[in-house]
Amino acid sequence: MNPLLGKLTLEEIPYHEPIIMGAVGVALLGVLAIAVVLQRYRLWGWLWSEYITSVDHKKIGIMYVLLGLVMLLRGFTDAVMMRLQQSMSLDPNPGYLPPEHFDQIFTAHGVIMIFFVAMPLIVGLMNIAVPLQIGARDVAFPFLNSLSFWLTFSGAMLVNASLIFGEFAKTGWAAYPPLSQLSFSPDVGVDYYIWSLQISGIGTLLTGVNFLVTILRMRAPGMKMMRMPIFVWTAFCTNVLIVAAFPILTVTLALLGLDRYVGTHFFTNDGGGEQMMYVNLFWAWGHPEVYILVLPAFGVFSEVVATFSGKPLFGYKTMVWATIAITFFSFVVWLHHFFTMGAGANVNAFFGIATMIIAVPTGVKMFNWLFTMFRGRVRFSVPMLWSIGFIITFTIGGMTGVLLAMPGADFVLHNSLFLVAHFHNTIIGGVVFGIFAAINYWFPKAMGFRLSEPLGRASFWCWLIGFYVAFMPLYVLGFMGMTRRLNHYPNPDWQPWLVLAAVGVAIIAVGILCTILQIVYSVWKRDQLRDTTGDPWDGRTLEWATASPPPIYNFAEVPRITEIDAFANMKANGTGMFVPGTPYSDIHMPRNTAAGFLMGIFSLALGFGLVWHIWWLVGLGAIAMTGALLVRLFDEDIAFIIPAEQVRETEMRRLEGVGQP
Amino acid sequence: MTILDLPEAHSLHAKQHPPAHEDDAELTEKTVFGFWLYLMSDVVLFATLFAVYAVVGRSYAGGPTGKELFDLWFVLAETAVLLASSVTFGFVTLAAQDNRKTATLAWMAVTFAIGALFIVMELYEFHHLIAEGAGPTRSAFLSAYFALVGTHGLHVFTGLLWMIVMAVQLARDGLSATVHRRLGLLGLFWHFLDVIWIIVFTEVYLIGVL
Repeated sequence: MNPLLGKLTLEEIPYHEPIIMGAVGVALLGVLAIAVVLQRYRLWGWLWSEYITSVDHKKIGIMYVLLGLVMLLRGFTDAVMMRLQQSMSLDPNPGYLPPEHFDQIFTAHGVIMIFFVAMPLIVGLMNIAVPLQIGARDVAFPFLNSLSFWLTFSGAMLVNASLIFGEFAKTGWAAYPPLSQLSFSPDVGVDYYIWSLQISGIGTLLTGVNFLVTILRMRAPGMKMMRMPIFVWTAFCTNVLIVAAFPILTVTLALLGLDRYVGTHFFTNDGGGEQMMYVNLFWAWGHPEVYILVLPAFGVFSEVVATFSGKPLFGYKTMVWATIAITFFSFVVWLHHFFTMGAGANVNAFFGIATMIIAVPTGVKMFNWLFTMFRGRVRFSVPMLWSIGFIITFTIGGMTGVLLAMPGADFVLHNSLFLVAHFHNTIIGGVVFGIFAAINYWFPKAMGFRLSEPLGRASFWCWLIGFYVAFMPLYVLGFMGMTRRLNHYPNPDWQPWLVLAAVGVAIIAVGILCTILQIVYSVWKRDQLRDTTGDPWDGRTLEWATASPPPIYNFAEVPRITEIDAFANMKANGTGMFVPGTPYSDIHMPRNTAAGFLMGIFSLALGFGLVWHIWWLVGLGAIAMTGALLVRLFDEDIAFIIPAEQVRETEMRRLEGVGQP
Repeated sequence: MTILDLPEAHSLHAKQHPPAHEDDAELTEKTVFGFWLYLMSDVVLFATLFAVYAVVGRSYAGGPTGKELFDLWFVLAETAVLLASSVTFGFVTLAAQDNRKTATLAWMAVTFAIGALFIVMELYEFHHLIAEGAGPTRSAFLSAYFALVGTHGLHVFTGLLWMIVMAVQLARDGLSATVHRRLGLLGLFWHFLDVIWIIVFTEVYLIGVL
């Protein structure tokens, strides 16, 4: 092995594969186009000081959301390729994707969609909304927040690097051994998988700690736990799950890595290894992960439904307790991912019943949203459309989940397209719809102007219809006995349904195009769509009580909270926007730092070195990361003061926009 | 200095910024709480490793068993060394509370030496096992043993590096608020590793030789 380049050779670059090279070319063109724009308008300095080195939770949130949306394009391209392949690959037609490429695509699709689309989007939304909703000026540890983002970014870039250098895992997104062991996957694909998830996983864990301290220690005076907005509650429970579940993933992947790098026997066929231990550990993290993603989406729907119905949320307390119940139960259902392991009827019965019980608090939530709308003045804005689409779609996904929770039924349906349809039904219908509702809802707060409504509606309808056309056929195919991850198949009865599913994906593609157009068009027309009030939706919670976008310090005076829906109460009492004669005071804020960015970039070098066994790069990356951390730790000059006079001027400008004195 | 002002600072009447030490108190409170949460996630990490050991700890694959390999008296000595380092770190904390910089540094040096002795003993034990053909690749039992004990050892090693950093910062800044706060976190971390070791000693060594 070459000491300079490890296992990396020129043959590892798939320049003879037109599809991969095309994808790489498009990605590089995109990067080039952005660079040209930045150069043309001299924006490098702006990018560096306003975003890359920023420790402002709002900026970090925006970067998370951008990362998630860009990775969505890649994950979705994988989906299109799979649907296209299966729509044509009825034997003897092999389709256009060879098996080793098809296997990488379904693995990359799952990994990217969960870790680098859903997670960054959810964490990004928490970043944008949570500190504002609790009346805080930032998160508890702003530097850690920046570090978290850049570690997540590095993980995503490591996955993308696998396009050009070598290949990605061909194991499915859960990377079960023994397939993921060195003997069956000797290439670097699984190593890319391990290290990209380890790096981004550490970022996620730090986020969990950061937001728990933020929510528990930094709420505005008077905001008791039972007065927090529901989104904050769901974010809280999600971060509890992150702190409690992500270390399990860290250990599991580390042990798989030891099997591959050192030759240990945790999950091997020989030497006393136990593959089912991997499966148990993976899902002991993996099931809570599902709720890490969907709970904040539930929070978004709670905010949106209450706001656009012009009413307080129906059953606040039951919503909170339902969320807590789901948080608890998410830890005692992991075995339903492998009922067929053979644990015996009693074990399966326990996990089957526990799984069905989760449907109860979820049902409570459904009724809360419905009763909130009941007799409300419902405004059918884009966020509300996504919410109603969610209520219907998620209910169907939930019911097929209860069906799968019965071990007897699961023995028939496991590993089939019925399962694939079920989890897409809940993840798209729940998480993705929630994310789009949230992006439309909070975009004006984060950016200062609204997103175009007509294009938002078009995007919603394409997604909704496209979803049903794409995934309902998969339920049928599951009943017809089609298993998942097939490169080609012998049964001609399946093909019409697969063609229909491909049509559905095409409709979703139009929806995604509409979202891109919606963002571009809204940026172009931003002056017409400007939100001068800070409160474009007649909101109920504190984030709407400040300017859009909020000043760096969020609130000139931290509000005092007396009830749930703090801002709605302020408006009802006539104190919403402005307290006359307010004396402003100096505000302490954290300074920007490049340490988080640098540590993220060095972690990318570290990960790349580990994947390719380039040990000098591993050492260099580790030392550089430690060095950047030490420089940061010894830096005493990490905060600055915004003088009261400057705060006053900023606030006066905002009040002019609102139309008050 | 701090990131967030005290709640009182936001009151409509408070025109002045609160004194710096109140900021520090607020920051310390948040940081200690955050560090506790991190330690809880570390508990989950070790719990997972303990679970793995519980599952495959008797999968010897025809190789040596814990009963054949472990020298309980040696491990007992290791345990005593680690616990002693916790005691001496207690003296670090006391000295820091009295604002005695030299004493703080001295006790930290003692703690470092004892902690380093623990690492040396552990490395000796590992070396001994590998030389006997009982390395981590021999069986699932030994894989789990090295992963669990090694992860604890890595934590102790990290604690030692942290002590070096703290010593440098202490020499540079004296017992500043930041140094006080970080010494407190290091103390939590160091004592936490004792607790973990007690469980390792029980689950791996004591039960292992049964």
